[in-house]
Amino acid sequence: MSGKVFKYGDNVNTDVIIPARYLNDASKENLRAHAMEDIDPNFAKEVREGDFVVGGFNFGSGSSREHAPLALKAAGVRAIIAKSFARIFYRNAVNIGLYIVESPEMADEINKNDILTVENGILTDVTTGKSYPLPAMDDFVARILERGGLMEAAKQ
Amino acid sequence: MGMTATQKIFARHAGRKSVAAGELITADVDLVLGNDITSPVAIAEMKKAGERVLDPDKVVLVLDHFVPAKDIKSAEQCKIVRDFAREQGIKHFYDVGCAGVEHALLPELGLVRPAALIVGADSHTCTYGALGCVSTGIGSTDMAFAMLTGKLWFKVPRAIKVVLSGKKRRYVTGKDVVLALIGMLGVDGATYESLEFFGALSELSADDRLTVANMAVECGAKNAFFPVDDVSHAYLTSRGVQVRDEDIVLPDPDADYERTVHLDLDAVLPAVAFPHLPSNVRFFGKDVPNGIKIDQAVIGSCTNGRISDMRAAASVMKGRKVAKGVRCIVIPATMEVYKQCLDEGLTSVFIESGAVVSTPTCGPCLGGYMGILAHGERAVATTNRNFVGRMGDVTSEVYLASPYVAAESAIRGELACPEV
Repeated sequence: MSGKVFKYGDNVNTDVIIPARYLNDASKENLRAHAMEDIDPNFAKEVREGDFVVGGFNFGSGSSREHAPLALKAAGVRAIIAKSFARIFYRNAVNIGLYIVESPEMADEINKNDILTVENGILTDVTTGKSYPLPAMDDFVARILERGGLMEAAKQ
Repeated sequence: MGMTATQKIFARHAGRKSVAAGELITADVDLVLGNDITSPVAIAEMKKAGERVLDPDKVVLVLDHFVPAKDIKSAEQCKIVRDFAREQGIKHFYDVGCAGVEHALLPELGLVRPAALIVGADSHTCTYGALGCVSTGIGSTDMAFAMLTGKLWFKVPRAIKVVLSGKKRRYVTGKDVVLALIGMLGVDGATYESLEFFGALSELSADDRLTVANMAVECGAKNAFFPVDDVSHAYLTSRGVQVRDEDIVLPDPDADYERTVHLDLDAVLPAVAFPHLPSNVRFFGKDVPNGIKIDQAVIGSCTNGRISDMRAAASVMKGRKVAKGVRCIVIPATMEVYKQCLDEGLTSVFIESGAVVSTPTCGPCLGGYMGILAHGERAVATTNRNFVGRMGDVTSEVYLASPYVAAESAIRGELACPEV
């Protein structure tokens, strides 16, 4: 399965990922419809299941609203690749089973609209032809992600 | 290698003699907090799991973001939390009339104890570290997990030691100190780390410290920590908290700090964080340009909605009028602060100067309601974030400052600091 890249800069905060004016409704439909609205009004229209979001430093800074990673997950985003993540966003993404990849190299080299595939722990940028081994994760975090989130992992 | 104060508190709650930075641990939490935005998502997760809260007395639910309910959808969110509190027998449930902005409310109610480990589904949960505990923001799934099990997973943080020296100038507050610090560190300068404060702490009142700790997250920090001293001891006692000797935690003498940052209070001037990052800090008397007109001033929030903030704003506004064309919105953070404003005559000062005074709410801080900005409008606010679109339209601008600066700006109609 391949996906297209939506690329943004540093400090993409949770207010632009899902503005507070939409936090009165936590339904997937509402979150999906307004994902990234204040940084990229076309995102919700253009994103397809399996696409990727690439950001710079401090991705997901600001509010603890889990609605932010939930909005990206509901929009079909397969993984977020960034130079670094704000810590609550990182936790929230892991806890809901949304893959996140911390890699300054990948975040620099992968371009907007590139097509990516992931197979056997290797991410390939089909557009540039370059492949990247996915960085190793803590076992604990990897286990939560494999099981689809914290609550699912806790059940097992 | 010794432990930082934060690491010691994590070790205690993990039932361990010691922990080291970078380790993943599971720790017992003393309090789990949620609000009307984040709790419904956690409650939905709990319902899926089909289980009850492990210890209802360790759960605190505060309706504060969009209350009194701003619209039907918000009312539904509040109802979910209200029903859940009743079903689960949660006594620490605070609704309209006894509630307030959560991070002003919990210390006021004496729910914050030194050496505690407090988690909250709100990023500004880091506020409570001002009183010698570890507190940090989490998400809704975390909140659900902590309510179900009484535990949560943590990565033990590294730490930055912040050493204060010197004396604060007139009109310099905790807000200016923390903005100066965020300006030094940058918005991700302390990501995943603790900020532990030492040195000239007596220069900071308990309210100042709560303001400083509140904004630790704005440089990415996991938590802020102030050791308990006479100032915080007196505050805690006044709030009915019995401080036991074993709850006063200090770092080991050889604690492993990643680095030390020195902040000379003599050099801190009244500050403003310009759009659109809290680290974009400028100072009056240095590099705040003249003539930045404002349309609105907001005085309140978990950062600066306590009684000392109200007194500071009123001291500037007394006998003066809000500039024509400026809306000044004052929001005491809790009902206690609200009543104190009435009792002390501050509410009259605000109203006579042309401001409006609202019941407690987070409202405008996050662009919820009660003061949303139109296209291109500009606000000075005592809140904590000035991101793109934070208080309204994506083209609007938020300037973060102290209550002194926000009040003076409201009177003058442009960014301004009271003259010394």
